[in-house]
Amino acid sequence: MTLIDPAPAATAPPGTGRVTDRRSARAFVDAHVVPYADDYDRAGRVPEDLIQQVSAAGLWAPFLPPEAGGIGMDMVTLGEVHEEVGRGCSSLRSLLTVHTMLAWTVQRWGTPEQRERWTPSLASGDVLGAFCLSEPGAGSDTSGITTTATETGSGWVINGVKKWTTGGQRADLFLVFARTAASIGAFLVPRDAPGVSVEPIDDMLGTRASMLAQITFEDVALGRDALLGPSGFTAGMVLTGTLDLGRYSVAAGSVGIIQACLEASAAYAAHRTVGGTPLRDLPLIQAKLSDMVTDARAARLLLAEAGRLKDAGDSATLMATWIAKYFASTAAVRHAAEAVQIHGANGCSPDFPVARLYRDAKVMEIIEGSNEIQRITIAGQAEREKTTCP
Amino acid sequence: MTATAKDQILGFVRERYPQAEIDASQDIFALGFVNSLFAMELVMFVEKTFGLTIPNEELRIDNFRTAESMAALVAKLSADLAAA
Repeated sequence: MTLIDPAPAATAPPGTGRVTDRRSARAFVDAHVVPYADDYDRAGRVPEDLIQQVSAAGLWAPFLPPEAGGIGMDMVTLGEVHEEVGRGCSSLRSLLTVHTMLAWTVQRWGTPEQRERWTPSLASGDVLGAFCLSEPGAGSDTSGITTTATETGSGWVINGVKKWTTGGQRADLFLVFARTAASIGAFLVPRDAPGVSVEPIDDMLGTRASMLAQITFEDVALGRDALLGPSGFTAGMVLTGTLDLGRYSVAAGSVGIIQACLEASAAYAAHRTVGGTPLRDLPLIQAKLSDMVTDARAARLLLAEAGRLKDAGDSATLMATWIAKYFASTAAVRHAAEAVQIHGANGCSPDFPVARLYRDAKVMEIIEGSNEIQRITIAGQAEREKTTCP
Repeated sequence: MTATAKDQILGFVRERYPQAEIDASQDIFALGFVNSLFAMELVMFVEKTFGLTIPNEELRIDNFRTAESMAALVAKLSADLAAA
């Protein structure tokens, strides 16, 4: 892992070929995302041609095995790729996050028939996924879920309303968590199933191009194969694992926001002068930049450690991911605020990206488990926390 | 093999809940320790430690109530793996 410059400029022409690592992800993002991210933000949606470019680059689910259409990308590399996308546009990274959550869950918990049916289309981007957990009355508090899945003789019937569904305006397949007689189950619901209706949610504070929606399920009849994963007491593990990967992606995106704040601030401070002195020579500005550099490295290391543990199948990855997401998202909010401050009035204008970064960063503290829930969970580690002996 | 698996699993549970006194035959569900986060950690620990994949149909509560029952599941799956 290189800390100073994670991916020097690519030597290949940018935007050609598939994304296989940080370097190619950086080239893709610099060519196709960074120049247009503010336009996406203003339009309130990611354009269809970018979605097709993401498909062509193999970015939707590269962690899937080759037989499913992926390249078997390891989790450390996936984190690096999502960081690069988050550096360019948090809305696009959000779409990747929820698609990743669905595709991984099908691969991890699906039957061979479910995997065969869905994973090739999820890898290619022919089917885009979204994750439906939050409801009008329940966000991080999953015990408050009221959407129901009722078992019938031939399968399941879903009733309820899901809110804040990232990508819901565009997704083809929903991963819906609903209350069953025994637990909370995960269900695959095609957008075109009778009884599914989609209502766009626009004009949000941040990640404004992530095409949020409220999804209503009214007597949606599904076959038995809609249920994903085990039933009974372990059904909750599907949600735990899905959220863990979502949290990992959001942590990566938050590192990307910090990096974007750093790059924008360093460039601005190098050229902007006050009384003939470049901003970068002022100690108070240097303090802000030094904290951005330090936290970008620290957040990247926490993310890499969580990814390494995932690749090793180590259960410690769950706590490592909580910690990485908590650290990276809070640091992103801090540094986005300082990036706006460094830019002054320019930072509040649509002419510089830091206003968007500031709005997007706040969202990171709320999604995939609010920071309050994260702190409660991390506090549970306190009694067990020991330094590792070689 | 089974005794070792039992000890390893019990050690993992005790490490996770250092304030509790747990033995290999105690029902960890009845003790109120199991939430979805711990269930996931437990399954990941068993799979990584013993080189197994636990199929969905074996993710039943009776297989995870005690360190003894989890060790029995490990022995069964290991035997299935060896026979395959």
